[in-house]
Amino acid sequence: MKPVPRQHPEEASGSVQTHSGTLRGYLTGFGLAAILTAIPFWLVMGHVIQDRLLLILLVLGLGAVQIVVHIVFFLHLDTRSEGGWNMLAFIFTVVLVVIVLGASIWVMYAENANMMPMAPAAMPSTTPSTTPGS
Amino acid sequence: MSTPHAASARPSFYCREDPGVENGSVIGFWIYLMSDCFIFAGLFTANAVLGTSYAGGPTAAQVLDLPGLALNTALLLVSSVTFGFAMLRMARADKTATLAWLAVSGVLAAAFVGLELHEFATMIAAGASPQRSAFLSSFYAIVGTHGLHVSFGILWLIVLMAQLGRTGFTATNLRRLQCLSLFWHFLDLVWVGVFSYVYLAGVLR
Amino acid sequence: MLPDQSVPWNSLFGRLSLSVLPLGSSPEDRILQYTFLGIAVIAVAALAFTTRQRKWGYLWREWLTSVDHKKLGIMYMILGTVMLLRGFSDAIMMRAQQAVAFGANLGYLPPHHYDQIFSAHGSIMIFFVAMPYIAGLMNYVMPLQIGSRDVAFPFLNNLSFWFTVGGAMMVMVSLFVGDFSTAGWMGYPPVSDIRHSPGPGVDYYIWALQLAGVGTLLSGINFIVTIIKMRAPGMGLMKMPMFSWTTLCTSGLIVAAFPLLTVSLFLLSLDRYLGTHFFTNGGGGNLMLYVNLFWIWGHPEVYILVLPLFGVYSEIFPTFSRKPLFGYSSMVYATTAIMVLSYLVWLHHFFTMGSGENVNSFFSLTTMLISIPTGVKIFNWLFTMYHGRVRFTVPMMWSMGFLFTFILGGMTGVMLSVAPTDFLVHNSLFLVAHFHNVIIGGVVFGVFAAINYWFPKAFGFRLDESWGKVSFWCWLVGFWLAFGPLYLMGLMGVTRRLSHFEDMNLQPWFIAAAIGAFIILLGILAFLVQIGISIRRREAYAVGNDPWDARTLEWATSSPPPDYNFAFIPQVHERDAWWDMKTRGSRRPLEGFHDIHMPVNTTAGVVIGAAAFVCAFSLVWYIWWLAAASFAGSVAVLIAHTFNTHHERAIAAAEVNHTERAARWDPTAGGATA
Repeated sequence: MKPVPRQHPEEASGSVQTHSGTLRGYLTGFGLAAILTAIPFWLVMGHVIQDRLLLILLVLGLGAVQIVVHIVFFLHLDTRSEGGWNMLAFIFTVVLVVIVLGASIWVMYAENANMMPMAPAAMPSTTPSTTPGS
Repeated sequence: MSTPHAASARPSFYCREDPGVENGSVIGFWIYLMSDCFIFAGLFTANAVLGTSYAGGPTAAQVLDLPGLALNTALLLVSSVTFGFAMLRMARADKTATLAWLAVSGVLAAAFVGLELHEFATMIAAGASPQRSAFLSSFYAIVGTHGLHVSFGILWLIVLMAQLGRTGFTATNLRRLQCLSLFWHFLDLVWVGVFSYVYLAGVLR
Repeated sequence: MLPDQSVPWNSLFGRLSLSVLPLGSSPEDRILQYTFLGIAVIAVAALAFTTRQRKWGYLWREWLTSVDHKKLGIMYMILGTVMLLRGFSDAIMMRAQQAVAFGANLGYLPPHHYDQIFSAHGSIMIFFVAMPYIAGLMNYVMPLQIGSRDVAFPFLNNLSFWFTVGGAMMVMVSLFVGDFSTAGWMGYPPVSDIRHSPGPGVDYYIWALQLAGVGTLLSGINFIVTIIKMRAPGMGLMKMPMFSWTTLCTSGLIVAAFPLLTVSLFLLSLDRYLGTHFFTNGGGGNLMLYVNLFWIWGHPEVYILVLPLFGVYSEIFPTFSRKPLFGYSSMVYATTAIMVLSYLVWLHHFFTMGSGENVNSFFSLTTMLISIPTGVKIFNWLFTMYHGRVRFTVPMMWSMGFLFTFILGGMTGVMLSVAPTDFLVHNSLFLVAHFHNVIIGGVVFGVFAAINYWFPKAFGFRLDESWGKVSFWCWLVGFWLAFGPLYLMGLMGVTRRLSHFEDMNLQPWFIAAAIGAFIILLGILAFLVQIGISIRRREAYAVGNDPWDARTLEWATSSPPPDYNFAFIPQVHERDAWWDMKTRGSRRPLEGFHDIHMPVNTTAGVVIGAAAFVCAFSLVWYIWWLAAASFAGSVAVLIAHTFNTHHERAIAAAEVNHTERAARWDPTAGGATA
């Protein structure tokens, strides 16, 4: 689909060569991912830790580490591929996703807290007023 | 206004031969995957906000099948690794082995989707339908969206296997394999988030 | 809750029946019948003209199936202009209603109809006027400015266009087949949920936006990759023209924001179709979640709309001040800062929703912060003009109108950023005036500036100056007359979206606003006359490659450019590459041409777009078999397309030679003839 003659098919996109991992890389990634999966499952299903908050943080933390494992060993993301644009796009996305998730949770929590329906006795009294315009 | 440089050689302002343009499929697909991250971010947000809105219905702990989840997670992870093997074989230009490993990945992913559909059917039969509560709506939405992505990946895999069989390792097919590989691993990555946050953390909330 | 089972439905036609057509005798139906007749007459005339001139083949080959970014750019601009007429007629209808509907006089639009009009007006103007306009400008200009032959993914470019057209058709069809949404252009539940909007309106809204969203997202990816991969040799990022920079940042925002719109509408549609509880009042749903998710898209969207036009101004001010852009680096940093900051302000659209003082204060501060980089840009434009030799061409007049109008609109934005102030004027006419102020002042004025600036490049003849000035003054005066009163009424407490008022004291203001809208209408008509007269006088108005003595690479090729854009890709040395070439005496080579390979046309884009439209229409009317079939069909055509290996055609060197020698070339002022 390009308007200009391409390089040789074998060098189709240099990134094919730089992206392809090694057998050791895939197996290492697999091993790490398997361990990082087994641990949270064991922790939760085995009721190993009683403190719920700690358990949730551990599960999420291990998940985050496993995501990094996937990125390094399976997606082969580094600062060299595509002249650094892959990494730039990734960082841009991560920052904004963190903002979206974090701020949304904060906002929705605050709204739920402030806008929860109150028992009638706790309602602030309102004096009737004429509404302007109409 | 200035006069052209007289003595010094004028720099060249035109390329006499067309400069080669690098193919943009891989970075373009990567950027599409980043946009997909935002889709899942929105769905995770919905889950974060609605994840404990049980509306008097079944809670996550009551209705989510963790052993089944473990099996599903294993299936998807292995299919990700076997796809990696396919890419290694591709780098060696070994068409038969590449196709074989691709097929294995596809079967494993199909098993993943099948198990997930079975899980949904079981839950719905037990009354835990998407319409029962906001928690369940958000659960089905994110798990279902991920499953839809995997299903499209399987369809793409079948088409690409047909194209590889037909024309072999052309530049176009190699680029497409590269993109599908990114897609495959990305879906496994998202699944880590799903099983960690929606399932495991959800059961604990 | 699930859709209303009492609405008649059969498996073949779903909910479609003759009763959804406006065949009755009510005033509402009569308006629609006459509108339909009018459109039908125009359509038949257009079809007859095309047939008489035997242009169907030409239309198909040269335009509809084209993957050329220039052709697609022009088609986007035509789409935007057609939809401007539709969206503006909605505006005129609203102004007319609000000017007369006081006390006993209920006006001529019943509330149900009025609600559809303001919902359609907003949806059309944002998604089918502004977005196509910026897509058209970015499509046409950016590849030329970076010295490339096309965008990175020409097929996807064509597909994006037809998805956008599909979305626009959904809105147009909703005028006659069923109703449009009455839930405003934002579609908030509970008004938009299945209980309160059981009809097809909100579904039309959802699917129209989803189709348009797919098109836009694909374009965003396309433009980013084009800029990353296809810049001419020597054009580092900090030598790239500002319009291309804003294209890059806009596209980054598109990729980051549009998925959130997709999710918001997707979850809303799940609520409507399947009875889920994302945004319902019961079952644990949370209506505020929709507002939150929607505006995470919604705020970046307004920057998506305005950033490309900031880029346009950054081209126009230097060209017509005969000076380089002042503060290029700070412009780049300001643009990227805006891109990131726009993701931190969205809550200012719902300060009043009860998030509390901590949340509101945070977003208040970030909203105030984001005005700073915009201020930097404005000072840079002013400093560009300072001590320049300013020429008051029509594009320059639009740009100066922008400075005046947009700055005031931005100031009212800073007023709104103060949460306690916003509590008083949220959802009042003050808000309506503010966003029209910045969108018209920033986006619309910029579009007209851009059209006047680049029309000669695209068509080889310039636009009539006098009618251009008439259009400009009508828009400038009309805008302030139409929206000035709204600022005042907003401060007086008048709410938006009302179709009838009791307070007669407001009527003079609304009449003034209606007159303003009428003057804008004259401005639009003047624009159409300008186009028509210029086409009529195109021989006399013919131009060469560089009628404005401009600075960037799109002027380094003929007007209109050949299919391949440049016979030889330029070698870039400095910023303002074309100006550099002119001042250092570059000479356009007229021998040594090579064959040039360009992508071939595609029918798959039109077919898939049409199938997507059919799918969306079927989903609106619950015609499940057709929705499934058209979806499967579009996937099948896409897959079939991937088996097609014939992608390129060669333009022979001899043909390039002929085209280059036939091109009209300007003797460039300030440099040797090329």
